[in-house]
Amino acid sequence: MSEVIVFFFAAAIILVGAVGVVVARNPVHSALFLVQTLFGVAIIFLIQDANFLAAVQIMVYAGAIVILFLFVIMLLGVDSAEELDVDPIAGQRPLAVVLGAALLGVGLTVVLVAAKGITGARATAGGEHALDNGLSDVERIGRVLFTEYVFAFEATAALLTIAVIGAVVLTRRAAAADMLPDREPASFELPPLAPAIDEEEEH
Amino acid sequence: MEVTTNWYLVLAILMFSIGAVGLMVRRNPLVMFMSVELMLNSVNITFVSLGTALNDVGGQIAVFFVLVVAAVEVVVGLALIVAINRRHPDADADDLSVLRG
Repeated sequence: MSEVIVFFFAAAIILVGAVGVVVARNPVHSALFLVQTLFGVAIIFLIQDANFLAAVQIMVYAGAIVILFLFVIMLLGVDSAEELDVDPIAGQRPLAVVLGAALLGVGLTVVLVAAKGITGARATAGGEHALDNGLSDVERIGRVLFTEYVFAFEATAALLTIAVIGAVVLTRRAAAADMLPDREPASFELPPLAPAIDEEEEH
Repeated sequence: MEVTTNWYLVLAILMFSIGAVGLMVRRNPLVMFMSVELMLNSVNITFVSLGTALNDVGGQIAVFFVLVVAAVEVVVGLALIVAINRRHPDADADDLSVLRG
């Protein structure tokens, strides 16, 4: 029963935060609502005994990704509150809500009506993959990650390196940026010299 | 009363739909990115829930990789937003309909 209470508590946190992300005018408020949602997801992970993922969720998402969002918001200026009252493309909002409701309906149909329970093979009891094999959460994930998924793990390292290089290349102020056609070239005109007449008049 | 896998899946589809609506409605690229994060997180919930239901750690491994890809996506996406904003201050998603500077 306590699990049910915690579930509804976490679900309320998640859904309120998710709606807040979408409807908040100020991007900073959106980012803070996103933190709320991510904490709720961490609680959901904890209910299911995914302790490692809950910790990683807090550290990576709430600790790193949202901070990155906030950094960029501050860099671009916080005064860019979006005007939510106007609808630049006529009918975009109702259409989006209808599409979202349709997506929700399809998903609920699949989960609750169409699918006859969960299909798929259960892990061998007590095996490397089984959640009841007596290992701790971190040890179980580590053993599988560094044996069966080791190639994907190495590919992850390459992906992160590429992302870092890409971010540096994209945000670097290129030396040739001033030569782009829509930029004014740097002006080298000096201000007009002060007339040197006064000096001669004194003689 | 017990929390079944279906509860988690319903929560995930609700969260995914909210994220999708946010992506379609909002114009600020940053908020659109946050909506994408919502959708990614809802998929993480389904991974963990189905992994628990099947007594398999594979779901949690998948979430691990999703986390990495989400981090990469945010880094590159925010770098793009900063680069665009440098050229076109106050640009939103409607202004960026062409693929040239």
